[in-house]
Amino acid sequence: MARVLLNIPARAYPGDILVIRTLIQHVMETGYRPDADGVVAPRDILRRFTCTYDGEVVMEADFSPAIAANPYLTFTLTATRTGTITLRWQGDNGFDQTETRELVVV
Amino acid sequence: MRFLLALLPLCLPAAAAERRSGFDDMAPQTQAMQRDDSANPGMLWVLEGEALWARGCASCHGDAALSMRGVAARYPAWDAATGAPIDLAGRIAQHQGAPRLARESQGLLALTAFVAHQSRGLPINPPEDARLAPARARGAALYTQRRGQLDLSCAQCHDDHAGRRLAGSTIPQAHPTGYPLYRLEWQGLGSLQRRLRGCMTGVRAEPFAYGAAEYVEIELFLARRAAGMALETPAVRP
Repeated sequence: MARVLLNIPARAYPGDILVIRTLIQHVMETGYRPDADGVVAPRDILRRFTCTYDGEVVMEADFSPAIAANPYLTFTLTATRTGTITLRWQGDNGFDQTETRELVVV
Repeated sequence: MRFLLALLPLCLPAAAAERRSGFDDMAPQTQAMQRDDSANPGMLWVLEGEALWARGCASCHGDAALSMRGVAARYPAWDAATGAPIDLAGRIAQHQGAPRLARESQGLLALTAFVAHQSRGLPINPPEDARLAPARARGAALYTQRRGQLDLSCAQCHDDHAGRRLAGSTIPQAHPTGYPLYRLEWQGLGSLQRRLRGCMTGVRAEPFAYGAAEYVEIELFLARRAAGMALETPAVRP
């Protein structure tokens, strides 16, 4: 399991615009870099990020080899109803990690 | 009392008043990244270290927030077992009851970052131990000794030209306030020894091996230079 830093509000009022900030530990090896022996390290990157809010997809991102290690993503969503925010990162070598947070809209 | 406090800055040597952390010379965006724990990638290693601590260290050392507070500010310190100075990573690496961790391994970096993080904000407080004095003096000599094909010493850049620019980068004043730190160029966490190796290969000198006594001596000298400055671990640097 990769370490993750999330900044997601737990409570909001209807109509609030929430800033979601995510940081995940990942090497994002490009697949182009030779090591000290001249052997190119195989690609190992995150390929896709998906965020769903109460089952509805609110944010998707495709990653490319040009993205730095430990990718930081920030985006906004509008709080409308109480529900689960699910964050999922998928990548090479079967990388698949899901984090969930409950959002209470009062 | 207030009068005396007002006089205090006048009594400090001029150099002390002008001391800057590398943090002060960073772009505002990078400073913001370090300030915000949810954006600082170094906190990923602190989290990793916290998990390692809970697994191996907590049974003896208990709550790190209490037992490790201020510890990192006192290192490098004297190690009675080996009769030599030792830095924080070295102390953790040789620790009993835990699997031996290699220098610059992710586990050791994570644990060092976690332990040093407990001292964040505290002033660097090098121990007044007479046994450290010879090693510190050797560190000072290494700092001013020219080395490598470029024939440059640490002091020539970090004292004589600090604040000026080396290509696009500001030359910092060599105050190790935030190690182990997340360097954007490394895209990872690294130790002060890794930073010193970077400088040595930069002047085309052959770097010492990780864990060499020379590094600890330089670290001792640098800690004295930075005495009183606040620890920032895990810092972010460009």
